[in-house]
Amino acid sequence: MTTTDGTLSITVNGQHRRVTGGITIAELAAELGLVPEKVAVERNLEIVPRSTLAEVKVEDGDDFEIVTFVGGG
Amino acid sequence: MNAMNEIEASDSWSVAGQSFTSRLIVGTGKYKSFEQNAAAVEASGAEIVTVAVRRVNVSDPNQPLLTDFIDPKRYTYLPNTAGCFTAEDAIRTLRLAREAGGWELVKLEVLGEAKTLYPDMRETLKATEVLVAEGFKPMVYCVDDPIAAKQLEEAGAVAIMPLGAPIGSGLGIQNRVTIRLIVEGAGVPVLVDAGVGTASDAAVAMELGCDGVLMNTAIAEAKDPIMMARAMKAAVESGRLAYRAGRMGQRRYADPSSPLAGLI
Repeated sequence: MTTTDGTLSITVNGQHRRVTGGITIAELAAELGLVPEKVAVERNLEIVPRSTLAEVKVEDGDDFEIVTFVGGG
Repeated sequence: MNAMNEIEASDSWSVAGQSFTSRLIVGTGKYKSFEQNAAAVEASGAEIVTVAVRRVNVSDPNQPLLTDFIDPKRYTYLPNTAGCFTAEDAIRTLRLAREAGGWELVKLEVLGEAKTLYPDMRETLKATEVLVAEGFKPMVYCVDDPIAAKQLEEAGAVAIMPLGAPIGSGLGIQNRVTIRLIVEGAGVPVLVDAGVGTASDAAVAMELGCDGVLMNTAIAEAKDPIMMARAMKAAVESGRLAYRAGRMGQRRYADPSSPLAGLI
């Protein structure tokens, strides 16, 4: 679904988004206002190690889950 | 060292190689505010807190985070799988938790149904096996069944955490016999997880020989959660001391405490 304007169609936490082609997951996190040290990222059901977030590029059609710790029992 | 110091000093417990002094583990859900939550954790004396793993709020990323109030460097975060109804979902959640936190000690719970939040032991056992193979150290929420507890231990659970009563019910320890049987048969720590409503319930669990108690709602839904947290600290310590001291035998009838000899 790559469009002629070079943007990518992805899903983040169940919501559809468009992002610039060629960005890394760390850049995506920054664009969402998130601090990578405080979250964990799953891409297409696979964990993306935090150490590689700045290297792995977002691909068209990627499905991301980005989670953090919240209160719970 | 005097006798009192000796009593205090000799009673730490350990799970998966980590040693702790407090035998009370508290949850971090249902509080009115992060401030109240942090104050209750402080008052409880807990060294381990349970936390949930949830999607970040993408629409408002600047909301305050639990980690800003309860420091993960000071407290051991025990990520849970609350809300997971299959082994697959629980495993997926804990893989994310391990990446977010960087540690292997986790709380596994796989629920069977929403009404009772009773554990699904078939899925729980399956998830335990997979997690252990992946290097996790799961403390496992389970039914108060001595056989299921044994099976979990054989599968590699680092702690057995039977329910005292349904999650959030506050009904207290419903079956003292099964909890005691689990304690007697276990080679890993046993903690009552769920069902505690008030201080005496926590003391009962400890008097049965449990290594600890995990609770959330009993503190968070008290009228004064901070005072209740302090009460639970005292109850867990009292119950533990009573267990170690060895209680008196029970009699069917009275036995006078004052000497019968020398009566006027």
